[in-house]
Amino acid sequence: MNMPLLKNDWVIMAIFTVAVLTAPLWLTPVGAGYPDLMQKFAIFGIFAIGFNLLFGLTGYLSFGHAVFLGVGSYTAVWSFKLLTMNVLPAVIFSILLAGVFAVVIGYLSLRRSGIYFSILTLAFAQMSYNLAYSVLTPLTNGETGLQLTMDDPRVLDGPVGQGLPSTQLFGIEMSGYNGFYFCAVMLILGFFISLRIFRSPFGLKLLAIKSNQTRMKYTGFNTRPYLLTAFVISGMYAGLAGSLMAVTDPLAGAERMQWTASGEVVLMTILGGAGTLFGPLFGAGIIKYFENIFSAMNDGRLHEIFAFLPDWLENIVVAITGEFVGEGWHLTLGLLFMIVVIFLPGGVVEGIRRASAYVKGIFQSSGDKDVALSAEKE
Amino acid sequence: MSIVLSIKNVDKTFGGLHALGDINLDIEEGKTHAIIGPNGAGKSTLLNCCIGRLIPDSGTVEFEGKNMIGMQPHEINHAGMVRVFQTPEIFPDLTVLQNVMIPALARRDGTFKFNAFVSLASEKAIEADAVHILEDMGLGEHIHKHAGSMSRGDKRRLELAMGLVQHPRLLLLDEPTAGMARHDTNRTIDLLKRIKERGMTKIIIEHDMHVVFSLADTISVLAQGRIIASGTPDEIRGNPKVQEAYLGGAEL
Repeated sequence: MNMPLLKNDWVIMAIFTVAVLTAPLWLTPVGAGYPDLMQKFAIFGIFAIGFNLLFGLTGYLSFGHAVFLGVGSYTAVWSFKLLTMNVLPAVIFSILLAGVFAVVIGYLSLRRSGIYFSILTLAFAQMSYNLAYSVLTPLTNGETGLQLTMDDPRVLDGPVGQGLPSTQLFGIEMSGYNGFYFCAVMLILGFFISLRIFRSPFGLKLLAIKSNQTRMKYTGFNTRPYLLTAFVISGMYAGLAGSLMAVTDPLAGAERMQWTASGEVVLMTILGGAGTLFGPLFGAGIIKYFENIFSAMNDGRLHEIFAFLPDWLENIVVAITGEFVGEGWHLTLGLLFMIVVIFLPGGVVEGIRRASAYVKGIFQSSGDKDVALSAEKE
Repeated sequence: MSIVLSIKNVDKTFGGLHALGDINLDIEEGKTHAIIGPNGAGKSTLLNCCIGRLIPDSGTVEFEGKNMIGMQPHEINHAGMVRVFQTPEIFPDLTVLQNVMIPALARRDGTFKFNAFVSLASEKAIEADAVHILEDMGLGEHIHKHAGSMSRGDKRRLELAMGLVQHPRLLLLDEPTAGMARHDTNRTIDLLKRIKERGMTKIIIEHDMHVVFSLADTISVLAQGRIIASGTPDEIRGNPKVQEAYLGGAEL
């Protein structure tokens, strides 16, 4: 539906897998090839893919998805503290507990639709955020955040030697590239599941709910369980993303549940293209790239980039562009977001589609020639 | 002849307005029953009471012996009563084919089924069913179009296809030809006649007398929330009360 060019889903999966696993190669030229940032791309990619399964397919805009991110992180750290430093149980428990939270919050919030649904989810998220800071301090360690300590039981690991143990997957330490590849595999799995849902009767029914929910009811569907299922799956993705945040850095803080974090995933999804397969990934990538690369730029770097200009022009250009990098990266992001929403309501994906249609239009005649040539050769 | 739908003593008031008063109606199996009446007579209210959109103040609506009052719209659908709306209720963002596959899936999957790991492309039977009905409706060349971009007449035909693909035991049609051009109306009448030959029971609300008299086996006339006459088309045509209330005394 969304990718008329690539009909075969296995081809999509193969290309996607290769692209993700070779990310260090093609991200290095743009300055994003280090494991920390790539891991962020993968984690927020998972978060946005999951969010898109709710918002993109059903049209229900949750403004509190960061709760599940927070739940995932806390659960993962508790798993490291109580059970083992192995990341696999941490990930599994995080997904499950985020799912339980999603059942409760979704069951209550989905009694309303539209803006009321959004407000309800926002209310739940802010409530959880404040609870994590106050009464739940024994579980969340309040403002300090939940951390590993030397006297954690870690019943499956046995006694530790010197210093805090690090997270591992059956002995492989989860730092640097290992951490990235673990998140990358999770991203590939997450994307695969999302693709299957998009192409399934279940996914079509969700799209139909977005298109005309009243009609769905008169067509014989009980729409509430469909919405709740989508909400829970989406919450589990967020739980997975939250646990992966704790995988390389076993720390969990309440700020992960703040409304800004919920808002960020909304931005990512809309920027990339809600309801499309790849859109949320693009959105997550763009926002995290801006956050990390643009914010790290300074005037010195800009002078290097624009060194080819005459000095007087170089100074003017740097003075202007300087406002958009470093501290000002939010300005760039804001402008980009406005441009996309106003001119490309379908997000970056729509932009790509329009551009490729345009290019195809230009090369139509020469393309025909190519076909003729290759036919001749045969 | 067995009775498919039995409406007994149905009353409905909105504030001070007595929309329906003591409605009694039996719909026989295999028949096409038309409900006519002037604007505001309560036709749509009556239909809404049958299908769960409105709950009558008193009275019962029995479908194949089961009381439908208080049931959810999706439960009523699965009982076998399907409504085609007056303003086309379709899924404008989906393709025409998908619009018809959805109700076909409803028939097979029930009110809820989590089939998220089956490929839609492998649902050959559902697709074939939908394509067959669409071709029957003369929408064969539109199946990959966006439903929202079709003409109004095509949308109405699409909605009819969405109803028919569920093989309902009772089809409720709310002004199936309203807003259609004459040739579209005639085409729809032909379609509905063909459905009739298959023995599907229908209730039709209609303004267009040409449509009513070409399709209906029995006609009930509603005026100011009450049924003032029921009978065969010929009986209704000659009934002075009907001419008085509905046609302002004009000859039919």
